[in-house]
Amino acid sequence: MDSLTLTINGEARRIDCDPATPLLFVLRNDLDLTGAKLGCGLEQCGACAVLVDGEATLCCNRPAGEFAGRDIVTVEALEKDPVGAAVQKAFIAEGAAQCGYCTAGLVVAATSLLKANATPDREAIVAGLEEHLCRCGSHGRVIAAIGRAAKEIGNV
Amino acid sequence: MSRSVFSSPSLANHPGLDEWVSVGSDGRISIRSGKVDIGQRISTALAMIAAEELDVPLDRIDMVRTVTGEAPDEGITSGSNSMMESGSAVRLATATARRHMLAQAAEQLGVDVETLEVDDGLIQSRGTNRSVTYGEIQGDKPFGVDVDPDVDVKDPETHRIVGEKIAPLGLSEIVTGSYRFLHDMKLPGMLHARVVRPPHYNARLEGINDEAADRLREGGFEIVRDGSFVAVAGGDEYAVIQAAERLFAACDWDTSGALSEDDIFERLTANPRESRPVENDGVPQNKPVPPLADPPENAAATLEARYDKPYHAHASMGPSAGCAIWQEDGLQLWSHSQGIYFLRDAVAEAFDIDPETVRIEHVPGAGCYGHNGADDAAFDAALVARALPGKPILLKWTREEEHAWAPYATATSMKLRASIDSGGRVIDWSHESYGDTFNMRPRSGPNMAGAARLLSGRFRETPPPEFIPQPAMVRHMGIHRNLDPLYVFPNKRLVKNLVRDLPLRTSALRTLGAYGNVFAIESFMDELAEAAGIDPVTFRLNHLEDTRGREVLEAVAARMDFSADDGLGRGIAFAQYKNLKAYAAVGVELEVNDAAEVILKRAVLAGDAGEIVDRDGMAAQYDGGFLQAASWTISEQVTWDRDGITSRDWETYPILGFDNVPDIETVLIERPGVPFLGAGEAVSGPAGAAIANAIYNATGLRLRRIPFTPDAIRAAAMEA
Repeated sequence: MDSLTLTINGEARRIDCDPATPLLFVLRNDLDLTGAKLGCGLEQCGACAVLVDGEATLCCNRPAGEFAGRDIVTVEALEKDPVGAAVQKAFIAEGAAQCGYCTAGLVVAATSLLKANATPDREAIVAGLEEHLCRCGSHGRVIAAIGRAAKEIGNV
Repeated sequence: MSRSVFSSPSLANHPGLDEWVSVGSDGRISIRSGKVDIGQRISTALAMIAAEELDVPLDRIDMVRTVTGEAPDEGITSGSNSMMESGSAVRLATATARRHMLAQAAEQLGVDVETLEVDDGLIQSRGTNRSVTYGEIQGDKPFGVDVDPDVDVKDPETHRIVGEKIAPLGLSEIVTGSYRFLHDMKLPGMLHARVVRPPHYNARLEGINDEAADRLREGGFEIVRDGSFVAVAGGDEYAVIQAAERLFAACDWDTSGALSEDDIFERLTANPRESRPVENDGVPQNKPVPPLADPPENAAATLEARYDKPYHAHASMGPSAGCAIWQEDGLQLWSHSQGIYFLRDAVAEAFDIDPETVRIEHVPGAGCYGHNGADDAAFDAALVARALPGKPILLKWTREEEHAWAPYATATSMKLRASIDSGGRVIDWSHESYGDTFNMRPRSGPNMAGAARLLSGRFRETPPPEFIPQPAMVRHMGIHRNLDPLYVFPNKRLVKNLVRDLPLRTSALRTLGAYGNVFAIESFMDELAEAAGIDPVTFRLNHLEDTRGREVLEAVAARMDFSADDGLGRGIAFAQYKNLKAYAAVGVELEVNDAAEVILKRAVLAGDAGEIVDRDGMAAQYDGGFLQAASWTISEQVTWDRDGITSRDWETYPILGFDNVPDIETVLIERPGVPFLGAGEAVSGPAGAAIANAIYNATGLRLRRIPFTPDAIRAAAMEA
């Protein structure tokens, strides 16, 4: 069995796996980080997003080997990130999920967005969610939650 | 305390208080319900009801996971029935539990029961220092009494939890990624599995290339075959996905039974059909359909119109999944099905085993909005588990399977005709709806009716007899859901037509036929209002006696400025779901841009679902329901050709994105103490019609066939 070393949530993790396996499967099955979801495997829905070097990245279809040396952060570690924690809090305050299957990807996308742009207007928020889908119709609440998180972070 | 107006059919089969409520010696309260969480937050609402009646904080309530043989069998979590059925049952059960515990406390403390008050599970006698807790009274002991359907419940004026806006149960786990979906299950020795689907519904397996199959087996994969059902299992999920692709390539399929490519809307009104008149508040009758008579002599105008909607997909965000272990003493299943008791019986029927040996635990999946692939995936997992006894099998569908193999909401056509008199009153009304069945959930019955409706059943070596759906004859079901308008019209002629020989697999999607019927009725109401020279709101109110219906309609109308001259189109629509459940009125403001795209600017939603329990949860059902229906209306249609379904992913089946989200104002009508109506499906039908009416208002184009894509709008403009 091949192995590779990835930096995940701040830790170097050596994993016995085929480096051609998409990162999402490595996270979910080898590291039990199941927050990121498989929605399509086609990079069409955003449910699998994780932060890679601070930027939201879809990982359902990209070999884990490509991520060696990059800083990978999953939704599970965002509580420890001030921006991520503010986003999570704002999602709860706005009730911004129904079934929750797409939510981890949205939380990651929102965190990435607010790290790049602390005061996004609605247009910027929508642009930051371009790669994401939601089927329950929580869209308006998600947009509101990101606006709320931006304000909370700004007030700190 | 006040005499309860709440009643629940669930109590007839499950009268025992212990089936619903138990108290731990630590004072924690366990609530069991047969209704499951599918994103609609029913657990939150039930927990709030229980905490309220028992006067304990919400975090003292444990919602027990729904398992066959353990939870009350409340049928399917569907039809906007959960609040009425389970919400009312839990209210009555917890009120009975409270009374029972207070009576014991009074005896134990030697005080009059009237002197007792409860705070945080502590029962105290006023004016004394005597007290006892729920846990001390009832901890780990059975109640041994039935739920009293006439028990007094708390006066809504004293509610402290019910009606509040709270964070839904599970949301903090969802946003931190620790919420466990079925897809996240991990059991010792578990194998992942994938089905190798045929190219289309009618294809059958001729054979598998032996050499390729042997290579896969040598690579450590298990191949399971039962007729044309083929699956592959192995320890590594991604390797199994790749193995499934290799196995598909090694399969030789007979694809001679191609899908019909005839125009579906021609077929809907031309194919053989079972027709039934619908009378008496939405109930079909077994008698001939009356012919469409000439319009009345006093008709000032008679309008006719036909409305169409295409096949729509549930298109859940997560492909369906099932987990199974086949053991000597029975089959254990984990499923995100909306009806685990039905599924249990159907699976038992398929394997000819005792249903009591099948145990199904509900584990959340992605939102399903009806009969998606959940039941089928559970059965697929069971088929694999049966071939590999003792091994836990986690079987997941692919994106393509969810889009191409889960049941769809049927395409429907609605033919309407109505006449108005010189005063602008409707004096006759005819509405015929045409469609395939909505009723293909795997419910067991004669001729293996349950097994026959599980997808992979029909591909097995010995398939069950084909299930031939019959016209549903109960009130407001399937094709005739909301066929009967709530408006007061004389001379109504209502007909449902169950159409035969249509090409795609169909079943229940949120609202069943109501979305198409309300789209048609409420579009037609605007057409009639214009013919009468009366504004659409007044025209509706002129025909609407139901005071709660009038109130939601007026609430939206008051928030819409139809006289605004800003280039936006405005439309309104209304319905009461099944003429029995929640009321919804919808107002929409939109723009049709130069690219012929519908851009939603603002929506006003008004809802009345009886007493509000989970305030934000109810609002979410309205605003989420609106956005989902807007997506159906603007964007969605299932496509296919002779070789199979061609809308197989999010590019070929596009849904509404974050770039077309209006500002939504949701107005909830307060009805404390009034029975729960169930809010999950009220808004969908009015949403579709309000958008159609707003497009007409913006462009002068009356669109009668969903979806309203740029192509459809340009085509309508060319014809105009």
